[in-house]
Amino acid sequence: MIRVDKEKCLWCGTCVGVCPTLALTLKETYVEVDHERCTLCGICVRACPVGAITMEGVEK
Amino acid sequence: MKTLKYDVVVVGGGPAGSSVARYAARGGAKVLMLEKRQEVGSPVRCGEGVSKKILQKIELEPLESWIANEVAGAKIISPSGSEFELSEDLAGNETGYIIRRDIFDKHLAKLAAVEGADIMVKTTATSLIKEDGKIKGVLARHLGEEYRIEATVTVAADGFEARLSREAGLKTSLKLRDVDICIQYEMVGVKADPLYTEFYVGQGYAPGGYVWIFPKSERVANVGIGVNLMFSERGATPRRYLEKFIASREDLKGAKIVEINGGAVSVSMPPESVTLPGFAAVGDSARMIDPLTGGGVVNGAVAGRVLGEALGRMVQGKLSPEEALAEYEKGWRKKMEVQLARNYLAKEKLLELTDEEMNDLIEAVGSIKLEGLSTAAILKAVKEAKPSLAEKFSDFL
Ligand SMILES: Cc1cc2nc3c(=O)[nH]c(=O)nc-3n(C[C@H](O)[C@H](O)[C@H](O)COP(=O)(O)OP(=O)(O)OC[C@H]3O[C@@H](n4cnc5c(N)ncnc54)[C@H](O)[C@@H]3O)c2cc1C
Ligand code: SF4
Ligand code: SF4
Repeated sequence: MIRVDKEKCLWCGTCVGVCPTLALTLKETYVEVDHERCTLCGICVRACPVGAITMEGVEK
Repeated sequence: MKTLKYDVVVVGGGPAGSSVARYAARGGAKVLMLEKRQEVGSPVRCGEGVSKKILQKIELEPLESWIANEVAGAKIISPSGSEFELSEDLAGNETGYIIRRDIFDKHLAKLAAVEGADIMVKTTATSLIKEDGKIKGVLARHLGEEYRIEATVTVAADGFEARLSREAGLKTSLKLRDVDICIQYEMVGVKADPLYTEFYVGQGYAPGGYVWIFPKSERVANVGIGVNLMFSERGATPRRYLEKFIASREDLKGAKIVEINGGAVSVSMPPESVTLPGFAAVGDSARMIDPLTGGGVVNGAVAGRVLGEALGRMVQGKLSPEEALAEYEKGWRKKMEVQLARNYLAKEKLLELTDEEMNDLIEAVGSIKLEGLSTAAILKAVKEAKPSLAEKFSDFL
Protein backbone atom coordinates (compact mmCIF):
# COMPACT_ATOMS: atom_id res chain seq x y z
CA MET A 1 0.00 0.00 0.00
CA ILE A 2 1.28 3.49 -0.70
CA ARG A 3 1.18 6.17 1.97
CA VAL A 4 1.39 9.93 1.74
CA ASP A 5 3.01 11.73 4.65
CA LYS A 6 0.79 14.76 5.19
CA GLU A 7 3.51 16.58 7.06
CA LYS A 8 5.92 16.43 4.14
CA CYS A 9 3.40 16.95 1.34
CA LEU A 10 3.60 20.29 -0.52
CA TRP A 11 0.23 19.81 -2.26
CA CYS A 12 2.03 20.15 -5.56
CA GLY A 13 0.12 17.60 -7.64
CA THR A 14 3.21 15.95 -9.14
CA CYS A 15 2.17 12.48 -7.97
CA VAL A 16 -1.35 13.01 -9.33
CA GLY A 17 -0.07 13.95 -12.77
CA VAL A 18 2.34 11.02 -13.11
CA CYS A 19 0.04 8.29 -11.80
CA PRO A 20 -0.84 6.14 -14.82
CA THR A 21 -4.09 4.83 -13.34
CA LEU A 22 -5.59 8.09 -12.00
CA ALA A 23 -5.47 6.59 -8.50
CA LEU A 24 -4.47 9.87 -6.84
CA THR A 25 -6.45 13.05 -6.29
CA LEU A 26 -5.15 16.28 -4.81
CA LYS A 27 -7.84 17.60 -2.47
CA GLU A 28 -6.37 21.07 -2.05
CA THR A 29 -4.26 20.24 1.02
CA TYR A 30 -3.95 16.46 0.95
CA VAL A 31 -3.62 13.60 -1.49
CA GLU A 32 -6.32 10.97 -1.57
CA VAL A 33 -5.35 7.45 -2.67
CA ASP A 34 -7.80 5.15 -4.40
CA HIS A 35 -6.26 1.83 -3.39
CA GLU A 36 -8.56 -0.06 -5.77
CA ARG A 37 -7.00 1.71 -8.72
CA CYS A 38 -3.39 1.73 -7.49
CA THR A 39 -1.21 -0.92 -9.14
CA LEU A 40 1.76 -0.25 -6.84
CA CYS A 41 3.89 0.75 -9.83
CA GLY A 42 5.95 3.08 -7.64
CA ILE A 43 6.15 5.98 -10.08
CA CYS A 44 4.65 8.45 -7.61
CA VAL A 45 7.20 7.39 -4.99
CA ARG A 46 10.02 8.26 -7.41
CA ALA A 47 8.36 11.47 -8.52
CA CYS A 48 7.54 13.19 -5.26
CA PRO A 49 10.00 16.12 -5.00
CA VAL A 50 10.20 15.85 -1.21
CA GLY A 51 9.82 12.12 -0.72
CA ALA A 52 6.43 12.27 0.97
CA ILE A 53 5.23 9.00 -0.57
CA THR A 54 6.36 5.59 0.60
CA MET A 55 5.36 2.09 -0.37
CA GLU A 56 5.37 -0.73 2.11
CA GLY A 57 8.39 -2.91 1.58
CA VAL A 58 10.06 -0.39 -0.73
CA GLU A 59 11.27 2.51 1.33
CA LYS A 60 10.58 4.02 4.64
CA MET B 1 -27.98 18.60 -6.40
CA LYS B 2 -28.11 22.01 -8.07
CA THR B 3 -28.08 22.24 -11.84
CA LEU B 4 -26.41 25.12 -13.67
CA LYS B 5 -26.35 25.75 -17.42
CA TYR B 6 -23.58 27.54 -19.31
CA ASP B 7 -22.18 27.85 -22.82
CA VAL B 8 -18.71 27.09 -21.50
CA VAL B 9 -17.46 25.56 -18.25
CA VAL B 10 -13.73 25.97 -17.63
CA VAL B 11 -12.11 23.70 -15.05
CA GLY B 12 -9.02 25.31 -13.51
CA GLY B 13 -8.24 28.94 -12.73
CA GLY B 14 -4.59 29.14 -13.86
CA PRO B 15 -3.36 31.33 -16.74
CA ALA B 16 -4.80 28.94 -19.34
CA GLY B 17 -8.25 28.73 -17.75
CA SER B 18 -8.51 32.44 -17.07
CA SER B 19 -7.58 33.29 -20.66
CA VAL B 20 -10.23 30.97 -22.04
CA ALA B 21 -12.80 32.48 -19.68
CA ARG B 22 -11.79 36.05 -20.44
CA TYR B 23 -11.87 35.77 -24.23
CA ALA B 24 -14.95 33.55 -24.40
CA ALA B 25 -16.84 35.97 -22.15
CA ARG B 26 -15.66 38.92 -24.23
CA GLY B 27 -17.11 37.17 -27.28
CA GLY B 28 -20.47 36.96 -25.51
CA ALA B 29 -20.37 33.43 -24.10
CA LYS B 30 -21.94 32.60 -20.77
CA VAL B 31 -18.90 31.21 -18.96
CA LEU B 32 -18.26 29.57 -15.59
CA MET B 33 -14.72 28.96 -14.37
CA LEU B 34 -14.14 26.50 -11.51
CA GLU B 35 -11.07 26.56 -9.26
CA LYS B 36 -10.67 23.91 -6.61
CA ARG B 37 -8.38 25.98 -4.41
CA GLN B 38 -9.82 28.58 -2.08
CA GLU B 39 -7.60 31.23 -3.59
CA VAL B 40 -6.77 31.58 -7.26
CA GLY B 41 -2.99 31.49 -7.76
CA SER B 42 -1.97 30.22 -4.34
CA PRO B 43 0.13 28.34 -3.39
CA VAL B 44 2.50 29.18 -6.25
CA ARG B 45 4.07 26.38 -8.26
CA CYS B 46 6.33 28.34 -10.54
CA GLY B 47 9.76 29.92 -11.11
CA GLU B 48 7.83 33.03 -12.11
CA GLY B 49 9.86 33.84 -15.19
CA VAL B 50 7.91 34.92 -18.28
CA SER B 51 8.76 36.53 -21.59
CA LYS B 52 7.73 40.16 -22.00
CA LYS B 53 5.92 39.14 -25.15
CA ILE B 54 3.11 38.02 -22.90
CA LEU B 55 1.92 41.64 -22.71
CA GLN B 56 1.01 41.88 -26.35
CA LYS B 57 0.07 38.20 -26.71
CA ILE B 58 -2.78 38.40 -24.23
CA GLU B 59 -3.30 42.16 -24.04
CA LEU B 60 -1.94 42.98 -20.59
CA GLU B 61 -0.82 46.25 -19.05
CA PRO B 62 2.55 45.85 -17.29
CA LEU B 63 1.55 46.48 -13.69
CA GLU B 64 3.86 46.79 -10.70
CA SER B 65 1.44 44.67 -8.72
CA TRP B 66 2.40 41.49 -10.56
CA ILE B 67 5.84 42.35 -11.98
CA ALA B 68 8.59 41.93 -9.38
CA ASN B 69 11.60 42.50 -11.65
CA GLU B 70 12.62 42.99 -15.24
CA VAL B 71 15.71 41.22 -16.59
CA ALA B 72 17.89 41.91 -19.64
CA GLY B 73 18.71 38.32 -20.45
CA ALA B 74 19.59 34.80 -19.42
CA LYS B 75 22.92 33.15 -18.61
CA ILE B 76 23.37 29.46 -19.32
CA ILE B 77 26.16 28.03 -17.19
CA SER B 78 27.96 24.73 -17.77
CA PRO B 79 29.39 22.35 -15.16
CA SER B 80 32.89 23.78 -15.76
CA GLY B 81 31.62 27.30 -15.26
CA SER B 82 31.72 28.52 -18.84
CA GLU B 83 28.62 30.40 -19.85
CA PHE B 84 26.79 32.11 -22.62
CA GLU B 85 24.30 34.90 -22.55
CA LEU B 86 21.03 35.23 -24.36
CA SER B 87 19.31 38.58 -24.60
CA GLU B 88 15.81 38.64 -23.23
CA ASP B 89 14.09 38.49 -26.64
CA LEU B 90 16.09 35.39 -27.64
CA ALA B 91 15.94 33.57 -24.35
CA GLY B 92 12.60 31.85 -24.77
CA ASN B 93 9.43 32.01 -22.79
CA GLU B 94 10.86 32.15 -19.26
CA THR B 95 13.00 35.30 -19.41
CA GLY B 96 11.86 38.91 -19.34
CA TYR B 97 9.81 39.56 -16.26
CA ILE B 98 10.03 37.84 -12.92
CA ILE B 99 6.43 37.95 -11.79
CA ARG B 100 4.46 37.37 -8.64
CA ARG B 101 2.46 34.38 -9.86
CA ASP B 102 -0.16 34.50 -7.12
CA ILE B 103 -1.03 38.11 -7.91
CA PHE B 104 -0.65 37.54 -11.64
CA ASP B 105 -3.04 34.58 -11.70
CA LYS B 106 -5.57 36.49 -9.67
CA HIS B 107 -5.22 39.47 -12.00
CA LEU B 108 -6.00 37.24 -15.00
CA ALA B 109 -9.03 35.82 -13.19
CA LYS B 110 -10.21 39.36 -12.50
CA LEU B 111 -9.87 40.26 -16.18
CA ALA B 112 -12.10 37.27 -16.95
CA ALA B 113 -14.61 38.39 -14.34
CA VAL B 114 -14.62 41.93 -15.74
CA GLU B 115 -15.61 40.50 -19.12
CA GLY B 116 -18.54 38.80 -17.41
CA ALA B 117 -17.28 35.29 -16.66
CA ASP B 118 -18.64 33.67 -13.50
CA ILE B 119 -16.08 32.17 -11.14
CA MET B 120 -16.50 29.62 -8.36
CA VAL B 121 -13.51 29.01 -6.08
CA LYS B 122 -13.18 26.12 -3.67
CA THR B 123 -15.02 24.12 -6.30
CA THR B 124 -13.70 20.83 -7.63
CA ALA B 125 -14.86 19.21 -10.82
CA THR B 126 -15.18 15.57 -9.79
CA SER B 127 -16.24 13.92 -13.03
CA LEU B 128 -17.36 14.53 -16.58
CA ILE B 129 -20.93 14.27 -17.80
CA LYS B 130 -20.72 11.99 -20.83
CA GLU B 131 -23.85 11.44 -22.94
CA ASP B 132 -24.37 10.23 -26.51
CA GLY B 133 -20.62 10.12 -27.17
CA LYS B 134 -20.24 13.75 -26.17
CA ILE B 135 -18.99 15.54 -23.09
CA LYS B 136 -21.76 17.73 -21.78
CA GLY B 137 -20.36 19.29 -18.63
CA VAL B 138 -19.07 18.32 -15.22
CA LEU B 139 -20.21 17.28 -11.79
CA ALA B 140 -18.62 19.44 -9.14
CA ARG B 141 -18.45 19.95 -5.41
CA HIS B 142 -18.50 23.38 -3.80
CA LEU B 143 -18.40 23.78 -0.02
CA GLY B 144 -19.93 20.38 0.56
CA GLU B 145 -22.63 20.73 -2.08
CA GLU B 146 -23.01 18.77 -5.30
CA TYR B 147 -23.48 20.65 -8.60
CA ARG B 148 -24.36 19.45 -12.05
CA ILE B 149 -22.91 21.97 -14.52
CA GLU B 150 -24.12 21.51 -18.08
CA ALA B 151 -22.25 23.22 -20.89
CA THR B 152 -21.98 23.18 -24.68
CA VAL B 153 -18.21 23.03 -24.31
CA THR B 154 -16.22 21.76 -21.31
CA VAL B 155 -12.64 22.98 -21.01
CA ALA B 156 -9.97 21.10 -19.05
CA ALA B 157 -7.48 23.73 -17.83
CA ASP B 158 -6.62 21.60 -14.82
CA GLY B 159 -2.87 21.90 -15.05
CA PHE B 160 -0.19 19.21 -14.69
CA GLU B 161 -2.52 16.91 -12.78
CA ALA B 162 -4.55 16.61 -15.99
CA ARG B 163 -7.08 14.27 -14.44
CA LEU B 164 -9.86 15.68 -16.55
CA SER B 165 -8.09 15.55 -19.89
CA ARG B 166 -7.09 11.94 -19.20
CA GLU B 167 -10.53 10.93 -17.98
CA ALA B 168 -12.00 12.41 -21.15
CA GLY B 169 -9.76 10.10 -23.15
CA LEU B 170 -7.04 12.42 -24.47
CA LYS B 171 -3.59 10.91 -24.68
CA THR B 172 -2.03 13.18 -22.10
CA SER B 173 -0.41 10.49 -19.94
CA LEU B 174 3.34 11.01 -19.71
CA LYS B 175 6.39 8.80 -20.06
CA LEU B 176 9.03 9.07 -17.35
CA ARG B 177 11.50 10.86 -19.66
CA ASP B 178 8.84 13.43 -20.45
CA VAL B 179 8.45 14.69 -16.88
CA ASP B 180 10.70 17.03 -14.90
CA ILE B 181 10.08 17.12 -11.17
CA CYS B 182 10.79 20.37 -9.38
CA ILE B 183 11.31 22.10 -6.10
CA GLN B 184 12.00 25.75 -5.51
CA TYR B 185 12.90 28.01 -2.61
CA GLU B 186 12.21 31.71 -2.52
CA MET B 187 15.34 32.98 -0.79
CA VAL B 188 15.98 36.29 0.94
CA GLY B 189 19.47 37.62 1.53
CA VAL B 190 21.02 36.29 -1.67
CA LYS B 191 23.57 38.24 -3.74
CA ALA B 192 21.94 38.15 -7.14
CA ASP B 193 22.51 40.05 -10.35
CA PRO B 194 18.99 41.40 -10.81
CA LEU B 195 19.55 41.78 -14.56
CA TYR B 196 19.91 38.09 -15.42
CA THR B 197 18.13 34.82 -14.97
CA GLU B 198 20.65 31.99 -14.53
CA PHE B 199 20.33 28.39 -15.71
CA TYR B 200 22.85 25.81 -14.46
CA VAL B 201 22.90 22.73 -16.68
CA GLY B 202 24.56 19.33 -16.47
CA GLN B 203 24.06 16.00 -14.76
CA GLY B 204 26.01 17.11 -11.67
CA TYR B 205 23.69 20.04 -11.04
CA ALA B 206 20.39 18.56 -12.10
CA PRO B 207 20.17 15.23 -13.94
CA GLY B 208 18.26 15.84 -17.16
CA GLY B 209 17.16 19.30 -16.08
CA TYR B 210 18.65 22.45 -14.63
CA VAL B 211 18.97 24.65 -11.58
CA TRP B 212 17.58 28.15 -11.93
CA ILE B 213 18.15 31.41 -10.12
CA PHE B 214 15.49 33.93 -11.03
CA PRO B 215 16.12 37.25 -9.24
CA LYS B 216 13.16 39.15 -7.87
CA SER B 217 15.53 41.87 -6.64
CA GLU B 218 19.20 42.13 -5.60
CA ARG B 219 18.39 40.39 -2.35
CA VAL B 220 15.56 38.03 -3.24
CA ALA B 221 15.52 35.18 -5.77
CA ASN B 222 13.68 32.04 -6.71
CA VAL B 223 16.22 29.23 -6.55
CA GLY B 224 14.83 26.04 -7.97
CA ILE B 225 15.54 22.79 -9.73
CA GLY B 226 13.96 20.45 -12.22
CA VAL B 227 15.23 16.87 -12.50
CA ASN B 228 14.14 14.45 -15.20
CA LEU B 229 11.98 11.73 -13.67
CA MET B 230 14.02 9.05 -15.46
CA PHE B 231 16.94 9.95 -13.21
CA SER B 232 14.96 9.92 -10.00
CA GLU B 233 15.28 6.46 -8.49
CA ARG B 234 13.61 7.40 -5.25
CA GLY B 235 11.70 10.25 -3.67
CA ALA B 236 13.14 13.66 -2.77
CA THR B 237 15.75 13.63 -5.57
CA PRO B 238 15.16 17.29 -6.52
CA ARG B 239 15.40 18.37 -2.93
CA ARG B 240 18.73 16.60 -2.40
CA TYR B 241 20.27 18.16 -5.52
CA LEU B 242 18.96 21.63 -4.67
CA GLU B 243 20.38 21.45 -1.15
CA LYS B 244 23.73 20.40 -2.60
CA PHE B 245 23.69 23.31 -5.04
CA ILE B 246 22.82 25.86 -2.39
CA ALA B 247 25.48 24.58 -0.01
CA SER B 248 28.12 25.03 -2.73
CA ARG B 249 27.32 28.69 -3.40
CA GLU B 250 28.85 31.76 -1.80
CA ASP B 251 26.13 34.02 -3.22
CA LEU B 252 23.41 32.02 -1.44
CA LYS B 253 25.23 31.61 1.83
CA GLY B 254 23.13 32.57 4.82
CA ALA B 255 20.09 33.33 2.69
CA LYS B 256 16.77 32.45 4.29
CA ILE B 257 13.98 30.43 2.73
CA VAL B 258 10.63 32.21 2.93
CA GLU B 259 8.67 29.89 0.64
CA ILE B 260 8.89 26.32 -0.70
CA ASN B 261 7.13 25.29 -3.90
CA GLY B 262 6.97 21.90 -5.51
CA GLY B 263 5.59 20.75 -8.78
CA ALA B 264 6.25 19.10 -12.08
CA VAL B 265 6.35 20.08 -15.71
CA SER B 266 5.77 17.98 -18.79
CA VAL B 267 8.69 18.03 -21.23
CA SER B 268 6.82 16.12 -23.90
CA MET B 269 5.26 16.62 -27.28
CA PRO B 270 1.62 17.64 -27.05
CA PRO B 271 -0.83 14.85 -27.94
CA GLU B 272 -2.07 14.55 -31.50
CA SER B 273 -5.44 15.90 -30.48
CA VAL B 274 -6.48 18.06 -27.55
CA THR B 275 -10.19 18.13 -28.42
CA LEU B 276 -13.12 15.69 -28.32
CA PRO B 277 -16.80 16.31 -29.07
CA GLY B 278 -17.87 19.01 -26.59
CA PHE B 279 -14.45 19.11 -24.96
CA ALA B 280 -11.06 20.81 -25.15
CA ALA B 281 -7.92 20.72 -23.03
CA VAL B 282 -5.57 23.69 -22.75
CA GLY B 283 -2.29 24.64 -21.06
CA ASP B 284 -0.46 22.10 -18.91
CA SER B 285 -3.42 19.74 -19.06
CA ALA B 286 -2.85 19.57 -22.83
CA ARG B 287 0.94 19.29 -22.32
CA MET B 288 1.73 22.60 -24.00
CA ILE B 289 4.78 23.40 -21.86
CA ASP B 290 7.98 24.17 -23.75
CA PRO B 291 9.98 20.92 -23.34
CA LEU B 292 13.33 22.71 -23.38
CA THR B 293 12.71 25.49 -20.86
CA GLY B 294 9.80 24.06 -18.88
CA GLY B 295 7.98 27.38 -19.30
CA GLY B 296 4.24 27.04 -19.71
CA VAL B 297 2.62 30.28 -18.60
CA VAL B 298 2.81 32.05 -21.96
CA ASN B 299 1.84 29.00 -24.03
CA GLY B 300 -1.11 28.22 -21.78
CA ALA B 301 -2.37 31.78 -21.85
CA VAL B 302 -1.93 32.11 -25.61
CA ALA B 303 -3.70 28.83 -26.37
CA GLY B 304 -6.40 29.89 -23.92
CA ARG B 305 -6.96 33.04 -25.92
CA VAL B 306 -7.26 31.08 -29.17
CA LEU B 307 -9.83 28.77 -27.59
CA GLY B 308 -11.75 31.60 -25.91
CA GLU B 309 -12.00 33.56 -29.14
CA ALA B 310 -13.24 30.52 -31.04
CA LEU B 311 -15.88 29.90 -28.36
CA GLY B 312 -16.93 33.54 -28.66
CA ARG B 313 -17.54 33.05 -32.36
CA MET B 314 -19.49 29.91 -31.49
CA VAL B 315 -22.03 31.75 -29.34
CA GLN B 316 -22.27 34.48 -31.98
CA GLY B 317 -23.54 31.76 -34.30
CA LYS B 318 -20.58 32.07 -36.67
CA LEU B 319 -19.24 28.61 -35.86
CA SER B 320 -20.80 25.36 -34.73
CA PRO B 321 -19.27 23.81 -31.59
CA GLU B 322 -17.42 21.31 -33.82
CA GLU B 323 -16.08 24.11 -36.01
CA ALA B 324 -15.03 26.16 -33.01
CA LEU B 325 -13.05 23.27 -31.55
CA ALA B 326 -11.47 22.54 -34.93
CA GLU B 327 -10.50 26.19 -35.24
CA TYR B 328 -8.91 26.04 -31.79
CA GLU B 329 -6.97 22.89 -32.62
CA LYS B 330 -5.64 24.47 -35.81
CA GLY B 331 -5.02 27.85 -34.24
CA TRP B 332 -2.95 26.88 -31.22
CA ARG B 333 -0.85 24.46 -33.24
CA LYS B 334 -0.07 27.19 -35.75
CA LYS B 335 1.20 29.39 -32.94
CA MET B 336 3.49 26.94 -31.16
CA GLU B 337 3.69 23.40 -32.53
CA VAL B 338 6.85 23.89 -34.61
CA GLN B 339 8.64 25.45 -31.65
CA LEU B 340 7.47 22.66 -29.33
CA ALA B 341 8.65 19.98 -31.74
CA ARG B 342 12.06 21.61 -32.23
CA ASN B 343 12.58 22.10 -28.52
CA TYR B 344 11.44 18.54 -27.80
CA LEU B 345 14.18 17.29 -30.08
CA ALA B 346 16.70 19.57 -28.37
CA LYS B 347 15.59 18.30 -24.96
CA GLU B 348 16.01 14.70 -26.11
CA LYS B 349 19.56 15.48 -27.27
CA LEU B 350 20.53 17.33 -24.11
CA LEU B 351 19.19 14.48 -21.98
CA GLU B 352 21.95 12.24 -23.40
CA LEU B 353 24.89 14.59 -22.94
CA THR B 354 27.62 13.94 -20.41
CA ASP B 355 28.93 16.86 -18.39
CA GLU B 356 32.04 17.04 -20.61
CA GLU B 357 29.89 17.25 -23.71
CA MET B 358 27.74 19.91 -22.06
CA ASN B 359 30.90 21.90 -21.30
CA ASP B 360 32.01 21.68 -24.94
CA LEU B 361 28.60 22.66 -26.20
CA ILE B 362 28.31 25.71 -23.99
CA GLU B 363 31.87 26.84 -24.72
CA ALA B 364 31.17 26.57 -28.42
CA VAL B 365 27.91 28.49 -28.15
CA GLY B 366 29.60 31.10 -25.95
CA SER B 367 31.97 31.90 -28.81
CA ILE B 368 29.17 33.00 -31.12
CA LYS B 369 28.32 36.68 -31.31
CA LEU B 370 24.88 37.28 -29.89
CA GLU B 371 23.28 38.74 -33.00
CA GLY B 372 24.19 35.62 -34.96
CA LEU B 373 22.66 33.18 -32.56
CA SER B 374 20.54 30.81 -34.59
CA THR B 375 20.30 27.04 -34.65
CA ALA B 376 22.49 26.99 -37.74
CA ALA B 377 25.12 29.23 -36.13
CA ILE B 378 25.16 27.06 -33.02
CA LEU B 379 25.66 23.90 -35.07
CA LYS B 380 28.44 25.52 -37.08
CA ALA B 381 30.27 26.59 -33.95
CA VAL B 382 29.88 23.16 -32.41
CA LYS B 383 31.14 21.53 -35.60
CA GLU B 384 34.28 23.67 -35.60
CA ALA B 385 35.01 23.09 -31.94
CA LYS B 386 33.93 19.48 -31.51
CA PRO B 387 33.08 17.53 -34.66
CA SER B 388 32.12 14.44 -32.66
CA LEU B 389 29.59 16.42 -30.65
CA ALA B 390 28.17 17.98 -33.79
CA GLU B 391 27.47 14.45 -35.01
CA LYS B 392 24.94 14.01 -32.23
CA PHE B 393 23.04 17.04 -33.39
CA SER B 394 23.30 16.30 -37.11
CA ASP B 395 19.63 15.41 -37.59
CA PHE B 396 18.65 18.64 -35.91
CA LEU B 397 18.23 20.63 -39.12
C1 LIG C 1 8.44 24.47 -9.99
C2 LIG C 1 7.89 24.99 -11.27
C3 LIG C 1 8.48 26.09 -11.86
C4 LIG C 1 7.95 26.63 -13.04
N1 LIG C 1 8.52 27.75 -13.54
C5 LIG C 1 7.96 28.34 -14.62
C6 LIG C 1 8.46 29.58 -15.10
O1 LIG C 1 9.39 30.16 -14.53
N2 LIG C 1 7.89 30.12 -16.20
C7 LIG C 1 6.84 29.52 -16.84
O2 LIG C 1 6.36 30.06 -17.85
N3 LIG C 1 6.34 28.35 -16.40
C8 LIG C 1 6.87 27.75 -15.31
N4 LIG C 1 6.34 26.57 -14.84
C9 LIG C 1 5.19 26.00 -15.54
C10 LIG C 1 3.93 26.79 -15.23
O3 LIG C 1 3.75 26.91 -13.84
C11 LIG C 1 2.71 26.16 -15.87
O4 LIG C 1 2.98 25.90 -17.22
C12 LIG C 1 1.47 27.02 -15.78
O5 LIG C 1 1.04 27.18 -14.47
C13 LIG C 1 0.34 26.40 -16.61
O6 LIG C 1 -0.86 27.07 -16.46
P1 LIG C 1 -2.23 26.27 -16.51
O7 LIG C 1 -3.30 27.30 -16.41
O8 LIG C 1 -2.24 25.34 -17.65
O9 LIG C 1 -2.22 25.35 -15.21
P2 LIG C 1 -2.13 25.73 -13.66
O10 LIG C 1 -1.53 27.07 -13.48
O11 LIG C 1 -1.50 24.58 -13.00
O12 LIG C 1 -3.65 25.83 -13.23
C14 LIG C 1 -4.47 24.70 -13.11
C15 LIG C 1 -5.51 25.00 -12.06
O13 LIG C 1 -6.54 24.02 -12.11
C16 LIG C 1 -6.96 23.73 -10.80
N5 LIG C 1 -7.62 22.42 -10.84
C17 LIG C 1 -7.05 21.21 -11.10
N6 LIG C 1 -7.97 20.23 -11.09
C18 LIG C 1 -9.15 20.83 -10.82
C19 LIG C 1 -10.49 20.33 -10.68
N7 LIG C 1 -10.78 19.03 -10.82
N8 LIG C 1 -11.48 21.21 -10.38
C20 LIG C 1 -11.19 22.53 -10.24
N9 LIG C 1 -9.95 23.05 -10.37
C21 LIG C 1 -8.94 22.20 -10.66
C22 LIG C 1 -5.68 23.77 -9.99
O14 LIG C 1 -5.96 23.99 -8.63
C23 LIG C 1 -4.95 24.95 -10.64
O15 LIG C 1 -5.22 26.16 -10.00
C24 LIG C 1 6.84 26.01 -13.67
C25 LIG C 1 6.27 24.89 -13.09
C26 LIG C 1 6.77 24.38 -11.91
C27 LIG C 1 6.12 23.19 -11.31
S1 SF4 D 1 4.14 14.73 -5.20
FE1 SF4 D 1 4.59 14.62 -3.00
S2 SF4 D 1 4.51 16.72 -2.28
FE2 SF4 D 1 3.50 16.68 -4.27
S3 SF4 D 1 1.32 16.38 -3.81
FE3 SF4 D 1 2.19 14.34 -4.16
S4 SF4 D 1 2.79 13.63 -2.13
FE4 SF4 D 1 2.46 15.83 -1.95
S1 SF4 E 1 2.05 3.44 -7.07
FE1 SF4 E 1 1.62 3.81 -9.25
S2 SF4 E 1 -0.57 3.34 -9.49
FE2 SF4 E 1 -0.19 3.54 -7.27
S3 SF4 E 1 -0.69 5.69 -6.84
FE3 SF4 E 1 1.52 5.60 -7.24
S4 SF4 E 1 1.71 6.06 -9.43
FE4 SF4 E 1 -0.43 5.53 -9.05
